[in-house]
Amino acid sequence: MSETTYREAVRLGMADALAADASVFLLGEDIAAAGGAFKLTAGLMDEFGGERVLDTPISEQAIIGAAIGASIRGLRPVAELMFADFAGVCFDQIANQLAKYRYMTGGQVTVPATIRLVNGAGGGFGAQHSQSVENWFLNVPGLKIAVPGTPADAYALMRAAVRDDDPVLFFEHKALYNVKGDVETGAAPIDLGRAAIVRDGTDVTLVATQLMRVRAEEAAATLEAEGISVEIVDPRTLVPLDMAAIAGSLERTNHLVVAQECPHDGSWGASIVSRVTAECFDLLDGPPILVSADATPIPYAGSLERAWIPDAGRIAGAVRETVGSA
Amino acid sequence: MAAESASSERVDLDEQLGFLRGMLEIRLFEEETQRLFNRNLVRGSTHLCIGQEAVAVGACAPLRNTDAMLCTYRGHGAVLAMGAPLDRTFAEILGKAEGLCSGKGGSMHLTDVKVGAYGSFAIVGAHLPIATGFGLAARYAGTDDVSLCFFGDGSVNIGAFHEAMNLAAVWKLPTIFVCENNLYGEYSPVARTTPLEELVRRADAYAMPGVRVDGNDVRAVRATVSEAVDRARAGDGPTFIEALTYRHKGHSRTDPGTYRPQEEVDAWLARDPIPAFERVLVAEGVPVERVEAAREAATAAVGEHLERALAWPDPAPAARFDHVYA
Repeated sequence: MSETTYREAVRLGMADALAADASVFLLGEDIAAAGGAFKLTAGLMDEFGGERVLDTPISEQAIIGAAIGASIRGLRPVAELMFADFAGVCFDQIANQLAKYRYMTGGQVTVPATIRLVNGAGGGFGAQHSQSVENWFLNVPGLKIAVPGTPADAYALMRAAVRDDDPVLFFEHKALYNVKGDVETGAAPIDLGRAAIVRDGTDVTLVATQLMRVRAEEAAATLEAEGISVEIVDPRTLVPLDMAAIAGSLERTNHLVVAQECPHDGSWGASIVSRVTAECFDLLDGPPILVSADATPIPYAGSLERAWIPDAGRIAGAVRETVGSA
Repeated sequence: MAAESASSERVDLDEQLGFLRGMLEIRLFEEETQRLFNRNLVRGSTHLCIGQEAVAVGACAPLRNTDAMLCTYRGHGAVLAMGAPLDRTFAEILGKAEGLCSGKGGSMHLTDVKVGAYGSFAIVGAHLPIATGFGLAARYAGTDDVSLCFFGDGSVNIGAFHEAMNLAAVWKLPTIFVCENNLYGEYSPVARTTPLEELVRRADAYAMPGVRVDGNDVRAVRATVSEAVDRARAGDGPTFIEALTYRHKGHSRTDPGTYRPQEEVDAWLARDPIPAFERVLVAEGVPVERVEAAREAATAAVGEHLERALAWPDPAPAARFDHVYA
């Protein structure tokens, strides 16, 4: 167990996967010689060689397509999309090919590819380099979706994603890269589909991932001083989704707030609110609240982007509202 | 042209009669498929390769079942040429449980991994990047397996084509690109969509060897692809092959193909690859009875396999959840 950054945790996850299994290789734009635009793969080419850590042309369709073909042959590629938003360039490869290959062939193949996507706002990268792209894929059956929010989860979910026999989209929030936390390398990978209870509480269940999880913890600390006890649940993977953990928490709290860094419509938070309402209505003492970003493209200027992303104050306000103390 | 010298090489009679039988089975299979459609026994659409059988049979002949062949939605012929069983291929198109893909794929997605047919793709050009991944996997594993992808003239204008050609060339992958130029992308003649008459010139842009071959001459196709496969197995990289051929029918089952000049259709019907090859064989001294026997055997096999496929049951509704993992 040692303290390390989220960035280093992802890098260690890949390094340990490369060391553990000769069928694992990495590919992406500037990930080898340059070590990656965000330095996630620094040193890996030197350690594992140029055949296992590959620089590609700026060709996202080719990157994902090559990962698909190689994985069907039993390799375990980890492909990087430098910014998650570039998934738009290769949406067909992900949504029509990667997600459906096993199903459409009647199970003749498995596609154990991991796609890393650099996600999220807060860095001033503007509207095309800041989105929470996991939402684009929620309506595409056939993709597992990991959204780690801590260094420990980033390491463990990377190991699990690479070992999984089916495609995993692994979203890294770029605003978390320098966040530090304890990481146990070599630990058994956590199963995809298991939420974490980040903080125990009795009044409200607050579901959040990635940057919103960090802000949820800030909000919970503020609310504790006001006498409101918040239980924070981080699903860690959106597909599969650990509904049992969310329902279990609601049995204790009977109130739900979900905080997400994206607009409301077609989002993971809206899906959770919908499912809880349909499946766990009896557990609710009041209407669930979904805290979302504005339904606009993500603006550039610091003042605008800060206002666009839900902050701890907004999240705390939603919690107060749901327990009737607003 | 490389094909001319190679096409004069003699191969043994059994192989020649095998090519004839293969082409006949595809032709008869497609004619039966048309009839099944007319009887409303097939769902959706279908895209017949009648007239293009020599490309499928000639190009698949040099492949082993450890190689990977990927084709288009006009791919019934290519999948059969790799050795997929007629009955289970019919069954897939009929939506039967015994179909190649358990009824999950259909006419546009025939796949039989056991014979090296890794998929039929219905998004134009989408499988070309995936074919590079199969090539990459072979290089990674140190085998001399190759990947071969078929695509139409319409594909040379889509982005995935260019990304795949570039990646294969810059990584020197063992991937063979076979363009079936049947002169029409759906309903549009090539000249209206592509500023090149000789599509083979696309290879120049990627510093890749390019060969143009008579796609209605099964021997010429086999010889040309064979050279490309040998080069790929030897580690000398990809080849682009333009096979000139013609679609006797319209684009899909609802298209009578009236946009084509009658003189053009007549000229190509006179160059039908199957009677042309029969004439060549007889002229070279193959007994007419052997040629007729090939036709009789193909007719009997197709009829018998279709009868079997028609008798198989539909998939149970619950089978839609098979091969689901997320």
